[in-house]
Amino acid sequence: MGGGHGETISVTLRVWRQDGPDEPGRFDVHHQTISTDASFLEMLDLLNEELNAAGEEPVAFESDCREGICGTCGVMINGRAHGPQKATATCQLHMREFSDGDEIVIEPFRAAGFPVVRDLAVDRSPLDRIIEAGGYISVGTGAASDANLTPVPKVAADQAFDAAACIGCGACVAACPNSAAQLFTSAKIGHLGLLPQGQAERWSRTETMVETMEEYFGSCTNHGECSEACPKEISLDFIAFMNRDYIKAKVRNRALTGQH
Amino acid sequence: MAQTTEQRYRVAPVRSRGREWPFPLNLYQSAVGRKWVMALTGMGLIGFVLIHMVGNLHVYEGPARMYEYAESLRTIGGGLVPEGGVLWLMRLGLLTMFVVHLHSAITLSRMSGNSSEKAGRISGAKKYEGGRDHIAATFASRTMRWTGPIIALFVLFHLADLTWGWWLGGDFVPGDPYHNVAESLGYLPVAIIYVVANIALAWHIFHGAWSMFQSLGVNNPRYNHLRRTLATTLAGLILVGNLSFPILAQAGLIDEDGRMCPVGEVEGNACLAEQGHGAAATGHGTDSTGSVSP
Repeated sequence: MGGGHGETISVTLRVWRQDGPDEPGRFDVHHQTISTDASFLEMLDLLNEELNAAGEEPVAFESDCREGICGTCGVMINGRAHGPQKATATCQLHMREFSDGDEIVIEPFRAAGFPVVRDLAVDRSPLDRIIEAGGYISVGTGAASDANLTPVPKVAADQAFDAAACIGCGACVAACPNSAAQLFTSAKIGHLGLLPQGQAERWSRTETMVETMEEYFGSCTNHGECSEACPKEISLDFIAFMNRDYIKAKVRNRALTGQH
Repeated sequence: MAQTTEQRYRVAPVRSRGREWPFPLNLYQSAVGRKWVMALTGMGLIGFVLIHMVGNLHVYEGPARMYEYAESLRTIGGGLVPEGGVLWLMRLGLLTMFVVHLHSAITLSRMSGNSSEKAGRISGAKKYEGGRDHIAATFASRTMRWTGPIIALFVLFHLADLTWGWWLGGDFVPGDPYHNVAESLGYLPVAIIYVVANIALAWHIFHGAWSMFQSLGVNNPRYNHLRRTLATTLAGLILVGNLSFPILAQAGLIDEDGRMCPVGEVEGNACLAEQGHGAAATGHGTDSTGSVSP
């Protein structure tokens, strides 16, 4: 781990460049001298300014809130999703995590379900397909009901909140050797399935979300890499919860005609 | 028009969902359900391996008790069923579990393979240039796809070796497990195969017995820490028990020289009766192959 405040380090970047989804990719090498106070994305911003000034094409990468809550950013840094710091999204990673003279390899999140759009930007819309399949609750509109009208047990609220911390960045899929999206999907299923408001659609939701997930992503072999890479440290327990609910959904739905 | 724009930017599914099969076959159609089936069959196979290992410990009680044990397997169910009936039912169940476990493993790993295909345009396979190190995955979990085939091949070898006696030839005596084990495992290359295969088996169970709970969704924070302990204990027990056979056979503990009685016709065999009562009988019946009833 690198220097303290106000230091400057020199790093060698090997950045994945790819002009389009069907173009062959390559690594470009850049040398950057940067303050250890800079964030990782600020370092890429500075690189892009230099590239722009030199008349070259800047490196395409995604970011939005830059405070670790939107899930837009995310690249593989030295083979680790979101880089070396645990429980940290790429935007919250700072250059003080690196040392002078380090070589940093920057690649896009890789999975067949995440085709590269350009350089480090990948299309993560298959995660949206999973949400569309059931990652919501249906609520009748009308006058706003009283707050706290539906009692939620504290433990259920806590667990649901832990699951709801998922920002949908896709690091779990990128880190998984099988390119499985179990952690993401189970976080969404766990979040809604633990709350009273989510009960009405619990079984059909689990069924359709799991089956949509499997159209795009791989199969879980319980390595645990996803949870390790997750900037929100979502627990593997949610995967077990989803697995059990999926089997229950298949068995239970036969009897419940109200749900398909 | 909006729809065509939408269509154009949609990432195509890696695989399409086919028609749903009737319940409960539809469970096997999804990966989560298939993994559930893999866990259940894995549990059954671990049960078999454990019982098989414990049963085989009879070999240390000598040829007579080993023969009795082997015979008792054929007579499970007593007089209610034809001899060997229950044994064959169990074999059929075992074979089914084995085939289903194998099929689910192969298809699921293929599914994961094509979910990662072309992900990195470097080699086609999923690989990060930045020296991707596995952080949470254990060596066992990453090598399931290697230990699995090793075990499958070993099972075939083991059947050919001690059930069908393909290469023991004239030395293979049907119905005399002690003799066959001593003959086969006494040969160093065979003993080495058994050692390697059983290390792979324990390795496989080390991950499998833990992973099983996760796949079945058996998850309770109160007991979760016991899952690792259980998997380690199971793998350890099976490793120690199963490795003892080739190692002790090489050390000369399972040896035809200790053989005092011909096997077969337990009742009425004076030599066996004597030995069964722990008497140190010596000097008669040293011919182990001559008077065996096939």
